Amino acid sequence: VKPEELLYAKTHEWVHVDRAAGEKIATIGISHFAVEALTDLVYIELPEVGRQIKAGESFGEVESVKAVSDLYSPVSGEIVNINGSLTLQLDQLHDDPYGAGWIVKIKISDESALKSLLDYKAYQKQCAEEGH
Amino acid sequence: MTSLLAQTPIHSWHAAHGGRMVDFAGWSMPVQYASIVAEHNATRAAVGLFDVSHMGRIRITGPESEAFLNRLVTRRVARMKTGQIRYALMTNDEGGILDDVLVYHLHDARGTDYHLLVVNASNRLKIWEWLQAHHEGADVELSDVTLDTAMIAVQGPLALQIVRPLVNLDPATLRYYFGGEATITGAPGLVSRTGYTGEDGCELILPAEAALACWEKLAAAAEPLGGKAAGLGARDTLRLEAAMPLYGHELNEEINPYQAGLAFAVDLENRSFPGRDALVVARDDRSLLRRLGWELAGKRVPREGYAVFAGGRQVGHVTSGTFSPTLGKPIAIGYVEPALAARGGDFFIDIRGSHEPARSVELPFYRRPQEKEHRP
Repeated sequence: VKPEELLYAKTHEWVHVDRAAGEKIATIGISHFAVEALTDLVYIELPEVGRQIKAGESFGEVESVKAVSDLYSPVSGEIVNINGSLTLQLDQLHDDPYGAGWIVKIKISDESALKSLLDYKAYQKQCAEEGH
Repeated sequence: MTSLLAQTPIHSWHAAHGGRMVDFAGWSMPVQYASIVAEHNATRAAVGLFDVSHMGRIRITGPESEAFLNRLVTRRVARMKTGQIRYALMTNDEGGILDDVLVYHLHDARGTDYHLLVVNASNRLKIWEWLQAHHEGADVELSDVTLDTAMIAVQGPLALQIVRPLVNLDPATLRYYFGGEATITGAPGLVSRTGYTGEDGCELILPAEAALACWEKLAAAAEPLGGKAAGLGARDTLRLEAAMPLYGHELNEEINPYQAGLAFAVDLENRSFPGRDALVVARDDRSLLRRLGWELAGKRVPREGYAVFAGGRQVGHVTSGTFSPTLGKPIAIGYVEPALAARGGDFFIDIRGSHEPARSVELPFYRRPQEKEHRP
């Protein structure tokens, strides 16, 4: 997926919604900007498959040498898949944040949260303001 | 807000080289450039350059400078050799730690003795006021030279090699914790065999206006050797592996030196300094929390403030924790009940609700391979 085609949460998670299968499945990761800001990642905590989650809730955490950061779900629904390979190859988060570095897939139960997400342009603007 | 922060003479270099600037004790300082781990590893393997100009530097001159300092710090600093540097503490009347400091005994070009006190940035004003309050008519002159000077720590196995061409005092001729006046890239300064990383190396103090050019020369010399400029993030992981306490974390005014494992920095016999009588009692007090270090087998990192458990109850807390780049595992320092600190062994640290096993280990976590000192 191209970063230009994704939606973004203010907390730096990206969302790609796949509607092809009749269900609405959101793939979620964290942006290149977020990975660059965190640096020196050492650990990721992933949720259990099957867990119900509400938009804005934490579904995991990513730990760097310096600090730990929560991962917030941009959508509500059921966690249907997790990228378990990240626990062994955390570099994927850095090397391919929009591809192999995806984190979870959520079956969306309520689409309303999508409306509050940022498009690429708005997200770029937010990142520019945050600088680093 | 940023404009209110003090800037070191090397600030523009940090900003131009990707330094992520943060507020540290009122100074705009680089926490890292690209990667804390890369900067950490470069320091252990080659050389790291640290701008530590934010550290407070107070010059004490006059015939009574030695006597004046000797009655304010926990460790005897009278009759130090010329060029000798001593780690010491300043304590309040209750024996709580006001700051940990370095006392330099120096002499200037005319052969006149003087002292330099290097203090933590966060405590600079407090210590300045403490010195003023305990002046008691001593024949000394105090001057805070922090803003007139810069301080650069060059640390790692190749540190002396890159400093040597820039100074007229070969740091390899200095013993550990010794220093002296020198010409540094043409400017009058001070070279010392000191540091805060657990590596060999030296620290340079030089006039503010000469600092940037000196830094650039060091950076140019370091780069082809695999060395790097390193920020406060790497300084923290390096000092933590070396189990060196950090003020505001392991040390504060509620902690006495014995609790902190700093008995070596306290001389009580035939001495008088603020807190001395309280420390006579504290030395034998077996009721207070004691410092301890842990390694963890997992990947989750204990952070400051996390609770430490043993036998199903909380017995202490973490004051510093990180993922050790050298050891490849999480490490932490904290305080626990004295009986458990003495016993050591297995503990649990509450990492955001999950009790992770943590085994106490002898400090430091990391000790550099003992190399023969390079002598000319």
